[in-house]
Amino acid sequence: MSKSLVPHAPVSTAEVEPHRPTDWRSIAMERRIRRRYAAERRFRLLGLGAVVVSAGFLAFLLVVMIAQGHLGFVETRVALPLDLRQARLGLTAERLRGPGADLALAGAGLERAVDAAANRAYPMQGGAALLSDGAWLRVRDRIKRDPHLLSRPFMLTLPVASAIDVAAKGNGTPAAERSVAALGPRLSRGIAWSFFSGADSTDATRAGIWGGLKGSLLTMLVTLALAFPIGVLSAIYLEEYAPRNRATDFLEVSINNLAAVPSIVFGLLGLAVFIGTLHLPRSAPIVGGLTLALMTMPVIVIASRNAIRAVAPSIRDAALAVGASPIQVVSHHVLPLAAPGILTGTIIGMARALGETAPLLMIGMRAFIAAPPGSLTDPATALPVQIFLWSDQVSRGFVEKTSAAILVLLVFLLAMNGVAILLRNRFETRW
Amino acid sequence: MSSLTLLFLIAALGLVAWVVARARARRFRRSARQRFSSLPQHHGWYVALCTVVPALTFLLIWYLVSPALVTDAVLASPRAATLPTAGFERAAILSEAREIAAGRAFGAFTPLADGLAPAYAAAQTRFDAIGTTVALLLAFAGGAWSFLRVRPGFSARTHNERLVMALLLAASLVAIAISAGIVLSLLVESARFFRMVPIGDFLLGTRWNPSVIDPDDPGAALGAVPLFWGTFFIGAVIAMAVAVPLGLMSAIYLTQYATPRTRRWIKPLLEVLAGVPTVVYGYFAALTVAPAVRQAGAALGIASASSESALAAGLVMGIMIIPFVSSMADDSLAAVPAAMRDGSLAMGATSAETIKRVLVPAALPGVIGGVLLAVSRAVGETMIVVMAASGVATLTLNPFASTTTVTKQIVDLLTGEAAFTSAKTLAAFALGLTLFVVTLLLNIVALMVVRRYREAYE
Repeated sequence: MSKSLVPHAPVSTAEVEPHRPTDWRSIAMERRIRRRYAAERRFRLLGLGAVVVSAGFLAFLLVVMIAQGHLGFVETRVALPLDLRQARLGLTAERLRGPGADLALAGAGLERAVDAAANRAYPMQGGAALLSDGAWLRVRDRIKRDPHLLSRPFMLTLPVASAIDVAAKGNGTPAAERSVAALGPRLSRGIAWSFFSGADSTDATRAGIWGGLKGSLLTMLVTLALAFPIGVLSAIYLEEYAPRNRATDFLEVSINNLAAVPSIVFGLLGLAVFIGTLHLPRSAPIVGGLTLALMTMPVIVIASRNAIRAVAPSIRDAALAVGASPIQVVSHHVLPLAAPGILTGTIIGMARALGETAPLLMIGMRAFIAAPPGSLTDPATALPVQIFLWSDQVSRGFVEKTSAAILVLLVFLLAMNGVAILLRNRFETRW
Repeated sequence: MSSLTLLFLIAALGLVAWVVARARARRFRRSARQRFSSLPQHHGWYVALCTVVPALTFLLIWYLVSPALVTDAVLASPRAATLPTAGFERAAILSEAREIAAGRAFGAFTPLADGLAPAYAAAQTRFDAIGTTVALLLAFAGGAWSFLRVRPGFSARTHNERLVMALLLAASLVAIAISAGIVLSLLVESARFFRMVPIGDFLLGTRWNPSVIDPDDPGAALGAVPLFWGTFFIGAVIAMAVAVPLGLMSAIYLTQYATPRTRRWIKPLLEVLAGVPTVVYGYFAALTVAPAVRQAGAALGIASASSESALAAGLVMGIMIIPFVSSMADDSLAAVPAAMRDGSLAMGATSAETIKRVLVPAALPGVIGGVLLAVSRAVGETMIVVMAASGVATLTLNPFASTTTVTKQIVDLLTGEAAFTSAKTLAAFALGLTLFVVTLLLNIVALMVVRRYREAYE
């Protein structure tokens, strides 16, 4: 390059080494550029790899759970010929119409009759041991619906015992596998409705999630009833009315810190205060709900404050200008506009509370509870705790039940989060 | 009267108060020049609030306090003198008697509980009656008093707003009450613990074995250093070794390289990882990851590879933390001024060079703050370690060996049916206090780092 870039400037020639421009075509330079671009590609691939690995973990988790869990919704049944005339139950169709039907059937020795029928039909495969402990209950329900079955022979497919069930799904002990092979076509599969309607049980084929689910729902009810109003009200106060001073700062700091306190510490608080000091009943949904409400409230406060802050100040000014009082500004204008955001935050907080286990273990919700809770003070368990309890069981039948319960829990959480996202997308206003 | 009926009754009283007060306010004549400060419904609301709020506040407090009062009344009865003086047995008999009295259980294991049940039922009925009466009296009194104030010149609206404001303030004070409750309950129980076990033994002792506590020297078996080490090793070393690179690189890819379309899909997908309940991760860790880790350890020739290894728990915990690190890194990368990035690109640096030499160093304080927050969350995480880590406390650097954590020990200590006063149960509260203080400090430091860094660019 001989011409100077600056016009009229003298071009020096001899004194200094002429400044030569970079030769981009030189071999060294091209190698250097290639190296830099390769580094660029590598870095980019590394980033993509991180995303793929993270998403891959999620996919792997889901695949493992579905692969094990889908069998939990299915039960193996065996066809059993029954003839209750031989059993001499001493029951008549009339007695089964009244309210005492359950008691009459239980007292009449129906369980023994069913066991005897199994012993007769399958003496080589274990007889009564082939059937699930709850099999006779199916017979009972069936007879209640159709009392004429008492007076004629009939076939019924009944759930098999856990060991046979596991073997039929291809994962059992050799002895059970032999029984399955011997039974062959007399085994069938069906949807395990009892999984949705039953409570905890020591027998995997009878264990169901309804007990845990109902406990969770009652707990969530208490949590929502406490955390939502308190959270929203305190968010309104902090965002709209609180004077800017030290006390308010302290309040804000304590709320923000509460949101970061480990959940197990809330469990310790619940144990010490609600059970230790106030003597509320152990492992009751009300205590669980109170404990989770303490944990959820800060989450709702923070989400609600963000939603309230997002409402344009001009709306408040306009309302004030036409004579609304500060309370009217909030209740007539700010709250309706912030409602989608507040609801989204609440749903997300509730979803987190629904999946929470550790604080519930602290307040004693880990006992074996064989019946769904009837009220807020009954001993209960919650769905995540039920999962935890089942995961500790040695019996192989519980592996698939645990994964199935996890799938149910995940469906609930995904539905809640989906609703939250929908709410946000549909009603969110940008100012 | 059941509590639900009582609630309905109070609500009905409030409704009646609203209707009556509104009707009365409507009949006010107003002269040509006079203007009222309040509409009839404001008067209605005022009277309704005065009817309902005191009664409900009383009921809430009563509901929390009365079980303790009932127990006290029963203990004062002559039959209670035959109870064992303290401990688990006494609590069990009392709770059994309570169940029988409430009609939830039939027949008792202990005859003593059967004997106490009538006393329980009587005390329960008495205190229920007192509660109901006082609540209804409060409702009537509040309603009558406020109804007498309904006059044309009375500015019900202002009074309503003052009441609402008080309600708002009370709601936000609940947060302080909870914080105080946490601190107080942990401090009180820990103080009882430290009266039995010297604080030095607890914080500096290296032997943790709560199943064989020597009653003469409980501190010898309650040295928490192995727990602190295990917690640090799993939560701050292994989990972060997984979460920081993956989270940071994901954030970089999503903010710097990915198209907006990909970003819109991938980001919520990663956030799902944070939404999966920890009990699910725990099950996953115990069932799938832990055996795999043990096999890998055995294949590497590590004889002590445990099926409850620190590595399994830490790996899964790291996965759980990824979205957390990623979103914090995302925020701090976005906070770096665009001019710095553009300047670097304009000088001819490639994107990777810009990110490595300009963006990440500039965003580093924010990223570090985020990592500290992530550590505080990992340290407090419970279910994964409860299900996948071991209960044996060891001081080891070997990630394949079994390790335990503070949270795991809290759960283990409190699940045995020990009395509320033994060193074993109280140790859980001391561990809880330590956990609370450490997470609090981590959070404060992290927020300070993040805030200072934000100020630097604003």
